[in-house]
Order: sequence, then C-alpha cells, then structure tokens
Amino acid sequence: MAIEPEHPKEEGSSSSHLGSHSGLTFRDDARFALGRITVFQYAIVAVFLFLLSGFWYLQVYNHETNSELAERNRIKTVPVPAPRGKILDRNGSIIVNNHSSYTVLLSQETLKLEHLAPIAMALNLDLPELEATVAKFAKGPKYVPIPIKTELSAADLAFVESHRDPNTFPELEILEAQKRLYPRDNVAAHVLGYVGQVSEAELNTAEFAKYSQGDMVGKFGLERQYNDLLTGIDGQRRVVVDVSQREREVLESQEAIPGKNLQLTIDMDLQAVADLAMDGRRGAVVALDPRTGEVLAMVSRPAFDPNVFARLRQADWNAVINDPYKPMLNRAIQGTYAPGSTFKPIVAIAGLESGMLSDTETVNCTGVANWYGRPFHCHSTHGATDLHRGIVQSCDVYFYKAGDKIGIDTIAQYAQISGLGEKTGIDLPGEADGLMPSTKWKLRTQRERWYPGETISVSIGQGAVEVTPLQLALSIGGLSIGGKWFQPHLVKLAAAPEPKHMGNWNPLNVASVVNGMYGVVNEGGTGSAAAIAGVTVSGKTGSAQRISNDLAKSNAALAKELADNGWFVGFAPRDNPEIVVAVIVEAGIHGGQNAAPITRDILEAYFEKKTKASLPNPTNLAALLHLKRPTPDQ
Amino acid sequence: MPRYRSIRDLDWSLLAVTLVICALGVLQIYSATHGTKFEDAWWKQIVWIGLGLGLMWLVASIDYHTLLGQVGFFYVSTIIALGITVFAGTKIFGSRRWISFGGMNFQISEFAKLVVILMVARYLSELKRDEVGIGDLLKLGVLVGIPTFLVMLQPDLGTSLTYVAILGAGILLAGLRWHHLAAIALVAGLSLPLAWPFLNDYQKARLETFVNPDADPKGRGYQVIQSRIAVGHGGVWGTGATRGTQTQLRFLPVAHTDFIFSAFAEEQGFVGVVVVLGMYFLLIMQIVHNAQTAPDRSGMYLCMGVAALLLFHLLVNVGMVVGSMPVTGIPLPLMSSGGSNLFSVFMMLGLVNNVRLRRFAS
Repeated sequence: MAIEPEHPKEEGSSSSHLGSHSGLTFRDDARFALGRITVFQYAIVAVFLFLLSGFWYLQVYNHETNSELAERNRIKTVPVPAPRGKILDRNGSIIVNNHSSYTVLLSQETLKLEHLAPIAMALNLDLPELEATVAKFAKGPKYVPIPIKTELSAADLAFVESHRDPNTFPELEILEAQKRLYPRDNVAAHVLGYVGQVSEAELNTAEFAKYSQGDMVGKFGLERQYNDLLTGIDGQRRVVVDVSQREREVLESQEAIPGKNLQLTIDMDLQAVADLAMDGRRGAVVALDPRTGEVLAMVSRPAFDPNVFARLRQADWNAVINDPYKPMLNRAIQGTYAPGSTFKPIVAIAGLESGMLSDTETVNCTGVANWYGRPFHCHSTHGATDLHRGIVQSCDVYFYKAGDKIGIDTIAQYAQISGLGEKTGIDLPGEADGLMPSTKWKLRTQRERWYPGETISVSIGQGAVEVTPLQLALSIGGLSIGGKWFQPHLVKLAAAPEPKHMGNWNPLNVASVVNGMYGVVNEGGTGSAAAIAGVTVSGKTGSAQRISNDLAKSNAALAKELADNGWFVGFAPRDNPEIVVAVIVEAGIHGGQNAAPITRDILEAYFEKKTKASLPNPTNLAALLHLKRPTPDQ
Repeated sequence: MPRYRSIRDLDWSLLAVTLVICALGVLQIYSATHGTKFEDAWWKQIVWIGLGLGLMWLVASIDYHTLLGQVGFFYVSTIIALGITVFAGTKIFGSRRWISFGGMNFQISEFAKLVVILMVARYLSELKRDEVGIGDLLKLGVLVGIPTFLVMLQPDLGTSLTYVAILGAGILLAGLRWHHLAAIALVAGLSLPLAWPFLNDYQKARLETFVNPDADPKGRGYQVIQSRIAVGHGGVWGTGATRGTQTQLRFLPVAHTDFIFSAFAEEQGFVGVVVVLGMYFLLIMQIVHNAQTAPDRSGMYLCMGVAALLLFHLLVNVGMVVGSMPVTGIPLPLMSSGGSNLFSVFMMLGLVNNVRLRRFAS
C-alpha cells in the first residue's frame, strides 16, 4: 500500500486523454490529482492522531478520575431507616405502632420541572403545592430527594413502577418506610402527639440539628418529648445500581438500630372510657395515681386524628389551625381555667393549717354578703354553715368570710405547695403555668397594691386565679393523701418516686377537708352524681364563671358562648386514695351535672378493672369499641 | 472482460481489514446488549454483514461507468424517496428517517450517500478544465443541497453533513482557486449565525452541550459525560468484555449503536482503541491507494468520495465519544449495530473494488 504518492505531479501539466465508455466521455488522466491526494493522506493522519489524543487523555492521563466517577455512578449508599420505637400502655399493650408504607420521592439530580404537572395529575397531588415543595428543596443540597407522597395506594405504586424508566420520569423513586400507626385514632391524641417531616425552622434549632430535610420527627406530645429515645439509628447499605437505580448487588450492609419502646403510665382501658365519656364535649380529663404521680388517663377535646397528619394538605392544616375551638390545644395541660368552687378545699386546708379557721366555727349564709362596699352572692341560702357543710353545700358566703380572714398570701402559699399556679413539670411539651395571685404578684406585674375585695373572689376560685386540669388533679390528689405531691409523669419510671413537695399537715385537718369532700358526693351535696355503690368516692364540684352577671344579662348570645365551665375533681377511696380525677366541661355550667358523671364513669372503670384483675381473661368492651383497626404486631 | 469479474482481483487486504472490524463490532454488540431487549442484535448484525458482502459483490460487478451513466435516474429516485421519508416516513424518537417496505425499515439517507458520491464523481470527471469554476460550484451546491436539505428536515443533521463532506473533498481534489475557497469559507462562516434560528431546539442544545457539557450534567450533557467516563474507566487495558460497568449497567446510552466505540473503549482499553483505530486507518489508506491507482478521474473521485465519507464518519462519531465533537448521532461504520449503514458502507466498498477491478482497463 502506497502512502506516499509516486509522482507528485501538479495539475495543469494538463492533458486531454479522452476515454470513451457507454457513450459517455471520461477524462482518464487520473494522476492529475495525486498531489492533492497526498495532502488528503496527511489530513487522514492528522484526524487519527487527533482522535487518539482524545483517548490518551481520558484513558491514560485521566484514568483515575474517570474510574472514580464510574464507581460513583454504580455504587450508591442507601439508608435503611430504623423503625421508631413503639409506645405501650402500662399493661404492655401497643398504643402506637409502625406499619410498612411506600413513599414516592423525586430525585433532584434527574428532576425535570416540566414533568411535575403529569406526575401531579397521575398521583393526584396539588400542583402548586408540589411546585412549592420542590422549590423549597431546591435551596438544599441536590442529592437530597424530595418526598412528594406518602402512603401510596396500589394504583400509585403501579404508576411509579411503570414510569420510572430513564425515558419517562427518571426522577421517580420509591422508598419503603415504616410509618407511624395510631390504631386507636384520636384516643389520647394530645398525649401521644404525632410525627411529621422536620420543618425548616426546627432544623435551625439545637434539638433537631442532627436531622436533615425529609426526616420524620416527633412534632407534638410524647412523640416530641421523647423523640430522641424513640428515634433509632438508621443503617445503610452499599449497593450496585444500574442507570434506573435498580439494585443489582449488595456490597455491604449495616443494620438499623430500632428506636426504644416507651412504656406509659396510661391505662388504655381507663383512657378509652375517659375518651368515650368526653365524646362530643369540649374540655379535659386527667386521672392520676396521687401516690406516684402516674398519669392514668389524659383527655382533651376536641381532638385530632394523628394518623391523618402525615398526609394532611395545607388547606386541611389551615382548617385545624384556625378552628376556633383549638383542637390542637391539650386542654389538660395547656388550658387554664378559673377553678371555681374546686378551689375551696385548698382555702379550707390553708385556713385550718394556718389556724385562721376551725371546723366548728359557723357563718350565717343569707344568700348574699357585703364585702368592702360590694354585695357578693351565694347560689343559695344555707343559714348557719360550718366548714363541713360549707364544703358539702359549696357555700360561697362561708368561703368569702374564710378567705377574708386567712388573707391572700396565706391562701397562695398553700395553693402553691399543692402545685397550683406553676408548671407541674409533666413530661409533655408546652405546659401552661396557670396563675396563683398574691400581693407580691400584683405589685410585680401590675405595680398596684392588692385590694382586700379581690381576696373575696379568689376564695371561691374566681378572680385572677387560673389552673390547668392537671394542676387541679395534682393539688387535690396530694391533699387527699395527706399533703404529699409526686411529680406527674406519663412514662413508667424504673424506681418508686420520691414526693416533690411535702405539706407536713396535721392529719386531723386533712381529714376534716376530706370528710367534707366525701360529703359532697355521699351526703346529698353538689356532687351526688359521682357516687358509686361500694366505693367511697369523694370530690368537689365547681362552676367557673367567665363573664360578669351584668354583662351576661345584656348580651344573651355571649352569655351562652361563655357559659360557666363545669368542674369536678374527685378521688377514691376516701381512706388511702388510689386515684384522683379532674374533669372540666367547657360551658358545662354545673360541674355536678356534667363533670361529676364523667368522673364516676372513670372511677367505676378503675375499680371494676381492679376487681377483675385476678380473673384470667379480662375483657373491656369500652376499649374494644375504640379499636377500629387491628394492631399489627411485629 | 472476464478478468474484471475474477474474484482474485478483489482488494483482499481491504476486505480482511473490513471483516476484522466487523467481527470486533459483533463482539462489542454482544457484550453491550446481552441481557437486554436488544440481545439478538449481534446475530442480526452477522446476517447483515453477510448480506452486505453480497451487495458489495453486486456493486463491484457492474462496471462503474455504467453506474455513472445512470446517475440521473438514481438521483431523481433518491430525491423522491427522501421526500416521501420526510412527509410519510416512520417516526422513531421524534424524527422521520425510515421508510417501511416489506416489514423492513430502510434509511434512505444512508443510500443517498452512495448516490451523492456517484453524482459528484460524474460531475467533476466531466469538467473540461482542471479547476472548478463559480458556475460549477453553484450547480454542485444545488445538486448536493437538495438531498442535504431534505435530510436536515427529518431532522438528521449528522447524516446530511456527510453529503457536504463528500462534495467538499471532491471540489478540493478537482482544484479550486484560492479566492473561491476563501469565498466559500466566508459564506459558510456567515451562514452559521443565520442558520442558528432554523436549527431545532435539540440541535442547538447539542451544540451548546458540546461547548459546555457540565452545564446540564443530568440532561443534555448526560450522554457525553457518561461516554467520557466510560472511555476513561477503561484505562490502558480495559475492563474486559462484558465487564465494563458503564456499559453493562446502562449508564452509557445507546451502547450498541452510536456510542459503541465508547463501550469498546471501556472494555478493551487504550490498547484496543489503538488496534481498532489502526484498522480504520489501514482501511481508509487502502481506499486512497485504490484512488491513486484508478484507471480514470471518475474512478479516482469515487474512491476518494468513499474515503472522505468514512473519514468524516470516523471523525464525528469517534470524536463525539471522547467529547471532541458535538453529539450528532451518526453511526460508526462497520461496528455500530444497524443494517442500513452496514449495507451502504459495503456498497461503497463495492464501488472501490469496482474501480480496482478495472484499473488495467485502459
């Protein structure tokens, strides 16, 4: 083969040798272009050298870098999500569980914005919301995929599986995850809380700094309080994937460490009864074991279903947030109410212990009494009333007199020892303070001296005094066992707790007040509706006024909306109490009619279960009623 | 006359190099497609190579002067067929490049290459002067421009440019005044920005990607980036057949057609690349040698047309694989999987043999 031309003869040396074929004329001096063919040959050499240099650069000079890129293409680290710890009740039955669910993710690395519309349509998502989510994630790192829909249906799953090839929607990815399941829907919703994707604001706090966008964290209630404990440690797998991100081979696998289970002090049977009793009402219930501080039941109504929070759309969210009755408020610890007459036992013990009252002294109730130039009414005319009768009949005039004698600061001192007007420190986020007024408090907050007339209102639980249902249960529970207060808590403790406060009260004084409360239920008092045959239920009713009598008269609609809150706080048995229950029914008017029967239901369930505990197979219909879905056990 | 037909007079070294390249192509197609929906591509390729050899013999046995005499007929039929393709062809991946006939899809633009080679050779060999005048340039421009334009409409920019390459090589060989050359360069340079608005979005994107592939690594630049990674991953010795991860895990797109050389480079390494590029070099040089020994100008133009076309294909396809050329989607002759291109290349080699068989004629 000749590369070099034999005769580098230039054109123009010319010739017109004409050949003839098939009637056409061809010039047959083929050699005229040999010089240019040589140039062409050099061009060929140049092209091949140019091409070879490209391969040399990539394969020899940059081999390492490209090999690394090839490895990065095929080897992926896939997180193995750790299952979140379960939540169990005091008897070990599962209240909160996990179940397998599929989530569809958008890979930001392959995402095409024009695909969002068809994807949103196929998966039945709101397009503007989806675009907003994508825009939010676009600010973060590219390798973080965007979760766009959880709890995929079979149809969703089929769509994603058949469209995630490189030619259609390569950005679609599927993640199988353990999702939170609250089998009993809204039972104890405020206590348990819910989980959700960590928000941008949370990521900027120290508490959530270790999480990254898209992670599920506890948002509310115990899920939030014990988030660190419940969260496991994710494992990971190194896998070989192909271009569709399908796994071909597992190179290395590191197991996930599941989160720790949480055992509560809540008794689910009691909780179910309390939840059922509060259905359709607004208010709260707290049941405590006063001897330990263990919360046996806690209800707040209206409630929400934690199951739906994970897939809530913005519109639904707004509906929940803007609901005037605030379903997201845990009224048991965040609702602050005037205690009304349920405050009277505290005033009584303060008077007896400070020596300002004696149980034999009587006050004549004529239905009204004048204090500091103003008339103060009683709901009835009780005549000569001693301490016992004062508590049993809830005589206001008796307590006006008592309060005036004792003085606001002494009342405040005893109320505070019993836990009123300050956070109890329960293991739930967002607890409210409540308020126990005193002369110091008024001077500090309003720069004004305390008027003696204000004490008259406070002594029947009105005026500035505000408590949460939990505080009231704690306070009266501690009083009932002789003046010992244990830290209220929801998670089972390993060791028996020590009391947080001690009253060091005279047992005879305590007995006087407790006997009065026994009378409220069992001697024709205001709380007769709480009575249970065979159980020495004791308690105190309360009706807390929310607007003045004058205003109520002039505005009937407002009066109805702001009708009195009905209270009942009760414990049993009278001697050596085991359980204390505080119930508030908003706008329930008379605690004796509305709140007392609820307390009775709960106490009844408690003592029934206690007697049945020895039986081999205890059944509880009330709890079963609330079990809408079977609890998957794993 | 019978000695023209003697099988001994074929260009055996040309044929040997051709068959080695084809065999390496079949192996690489097998490696790149096993376990995919294209896994029967390798034996189809073998069948096509066999048919291609038959076509080659057919084209070699009819005297090329006879073929040149029929150029008018070939040209008109090709233009009509290209017109039908554009308006009624089978649409695959957004462009109409195929005509369905008897259950087979034919890519007319591949066979048009042959017709353009014949036409340019006929025109230039009939020139009375030893240089191309301005009138000839215009006539040739129109004659080649029509099929070029029709193929651009498909749209298939890469293939349409091969016709221009054939014409360019022919004109340069025929002789051109410097000021004409400068004028052509100027017109071409000026028409580029004017042509920009007429390009399809994907064609613009390909050019932009060529300039800066990292601008959109998961979108338009994806093919080139993955191809460069595949080539580089091969290193000096390669990963071995069926063991290139870029190829086997499909990170490399169309690994058995347009990007087959990338798959080959990953699995056979720089050593394999040098061997195969060496083969192509020998192939083209041997065709050029046949041009040098051609009995007349038309034979020379035919061989050089084939050489120019193959060189252009190689430069654009292999250059694309390493990112030195924009993505145009033209196949690698003799290696890429696909019948139409194989047939057209074998028919071109038939033309070269045709010229060789008749080198002692005059």
